[in-house]
Amino acid sequence: MKTDIILAGVGGQGILTIATILGAAALKENLYLKQAEVHGMSQRGGDVQSNLRISSDPIHSDLIPYGSADLIVSLEPMEALRYVPYLSKEGWIVTNTNPFVNIDNYPEMEEVESELQDCGNVVAFNMDDTAKSLMSPRSSNMVLLGAASPFIDLKTEEIELAISNLFAKKGEKIVESNIGAFRAGRKYTEDLLKSRPLKS
Amino acid sequence: MKQLLLGDEAFALGTINAGLSGAYAYPGTPSTEIMEFVQSNPVAKERGVHSHWSSNEKTAMEEALGMSFCGKRAFTSMKHVGLNVAADPFVNSAMTGANGGLLVVAADDPGMHSSQNEQDSRFYADFAMIPALEPSNQQEAYDMASYGFGLSEKLNIPVLFRFVTRLSHSRAVVEVDDAPADENSVSYPKNARQWVLMPAVSKVRNRQLIADMEEFVKASEKSPFNRYEEAPRHEIGIVASGIAYNYLKEAFSGNVPFPTVKVSQYPLPKKLIKQLYDSCDSLLVLEEGQPFIESRLRGLLDVGKKIYGKLSGDVVRDGELTPDDVKATMAKIAPAISGIKNVEKKSVSEKVVARPPALCQGCGHRDVYCALNEALESYVNPKVFGDIGCYTLGFLKPFNAIDTVVDMGASITMAKGAADAGQHPAVAIIGDSTFTHSGMTGLLDAINENSPITVIISDNLTTGMTGGQDSQGTGKLEEICLGLGASPMHVRTIDSLPKNHDEMVRLFKEEIEYQGLSVIISRRECIQTARRHASAKKS
Repeated sequence: MKTDIILAGVGGQGILTIATILGAAALKENLYLKQAEVHGMSQRGGDVQSNLRISSDPIHSDLIPYGSADLIVSLEPMEALRYVPYLSKEGWIVTNTNPFVNIDNYPEMEEVESELQDCGNVVAFNMDDTAKSLMSPRSSNMVLLGAASPFIDLKTEEIELAISNLFAKKGEKIVESNIGAFRAGRKYTEDLLKSRPLKS
Repeated sequence: MKQLLLGDEAFALGTINAGLSGAYAYPGTPSTEIMEFVQSNPVAKERGVHSHWSSNEKTAMEEALGMSFCGKRAFTSMKHVGLNVAADPFVNSAMTGANGGLLVVAADDPGMHSSQNEQDSRFYADFAMIPALEPSNQQEAYDMASYGFGLSEKLNIPVLFRFVTRLSHSRAVVEVDDAPADENSVSYPKNARQWVLMPAVSKVRNRQLIADMEEFVKASEKSPFNRYEEAPRHEIGIVASGIAYNYLKEAFSGNVPFPTVKVSQYPLPKKLIKQLYDSCDSLLVLEEGQPFIESRLRGLLDVGKKIYGKLSGDVVRDGELTPDDVKATMAKIAPAISGIKNVEKKSVSEKVVARPPALCQGCGHRDVYCALNEALESYVNPKVFGDIGCYTLGFLKPFNAIDTVVDMGASITMAKGAADAGQHPAVAIIGDSTFTHSGMTGLLDAINENSPITVIISDNLTTGMTGGQDSQGTGKLEEICLGLGASPMHVRTIDSLPKNHDEMVRLFKEEIEYQGLSVIISRRECIQTARRHASAKKS
């Protein structure tokens, strides 16, 4: 088993939290893992990405080669598009559609959405709205993790356990709202896939 | 026991488990997490392992050398350009040698994610005549910590560790020891004279060091981290160092058809490379950073078998190396034998635009630049000399406020040099941590000549860019400036807040008009650390 994931977003959105959770779950399942991330100047409101590779066999490179990622997981629609050259032909994009506009030349949203849809295998919805509707506006990243989870070969209970452990020190309520956000995201993708089966 | 660790963290844990007594560092991407790991590690805390931040890399290196003098194991960690600052003690530590194991980590930043250049630290080890280790992965970063201490004590020499961003800031599962080894007890150097580097001593020691190089090469040839890997196709032999080795393996899905020498310890393992050269028709050198190995193999005259690499134009010369770069090289030099034809790369959609980093909303540096720009409006050719930190972003829109950024502390000294040339206004802008790192000595120069420059210390009470580490001058910047001899009339302080905008503009104008040296300390806590402090208080 091998899943190569590109996590994308804007500095401060919380993509590294997703990486931390998947890392903990993969370690628990005794899998190999490599996760390259970016710190420093690039974090200050700029685009950020993390290469996350999970495999049952040893992994050589910390970086994912072009055209071979199984998943692009993004908290921001234009940032999802930025990494399309890395996506494999059968790969999936799972992305939030709510744009993070901190630049004055941000493209027209309709164009971004249509380019995303052209990529084929896409799960795209407004995850900030989902998080807000759950009264948990800061857990969009957990909605995203949930929406991406059907494509990741890790046990759902291990991912949920990793979420619980990560947020445990913030209290039961925060744990519950993050688990709730994760499940809402997962359900969205599962419902979508019922009408469109996963690749075999 | 298995743990998920960044390369930085794996090394730090490796040193603690190998009996570390002292860690010395100044924050710098991508090296910062090494020190932060030691600071938060329970064993290190219980043992009282030294882990306070130093003022700069030079002081850190010297402090670590002092601990080594007393027989204990120490490391100093820094970003690549930090080694420039520490170069004096680093190069001279080859002359003193090490007593307790001494490791010097320089974390290079190829691709310049958060740096001003791509310098390759292996050159420092080479000309200082110091052995170097270059881990290929996180497990090696862990294992080499203990090995490096042993090597340093056995060969009586400090050992340089060359990290790169994708090792420092990449996480992997690492097998670690269950229990930490004991620390060394205090013991003094057997060769006590050698630590007094006056010419009569150094002349003797230099000959010894040159003679020791042979031992260093032998150690590389026997190193468990260097190896010759046999393979069937001898048209090309590959020398791959550090993480470039991983990209080579990735390009061939683990089965490289060409014999390969993996290099992770320097000086270069001559025997292994000679064996490769003799058995292959040509060589390919894969290394991240500058063509260090390649230039040594090629030599000035470039006679002998064909060598492919960065200097020959067959491997991309700048930026980070990637698995795709290795494939592109293979497709170029040996498409048929390697089976790697064209590397297909889709281009990024035209809709995607750049998203440069920016100063946070609520950051005091913003208020400083807004006020400074307004204060300078009426001048024909104002020049603002910037420095290294978050406030370097003042170069970008909407501020477009600075004219130069070179190295830690250069704002003050370059403003002074410009004023010497007749420039007015000459304004220096520097952060609090950068000021105590390398700004104080330059300020003394300017004070001694009462240079007509305006120095703005934008004090956010932290080392912000690297994530909010303690800043060594917090609470004493005014005293430092006055102690250096700045005029009390012209050391002025203001809170950099939007409500103080008009007052800031007035203050800047007044001091720019003053024909002598002035320091304005504009102060406001970093919004990131302020938030962290607030949430820590709540819980």
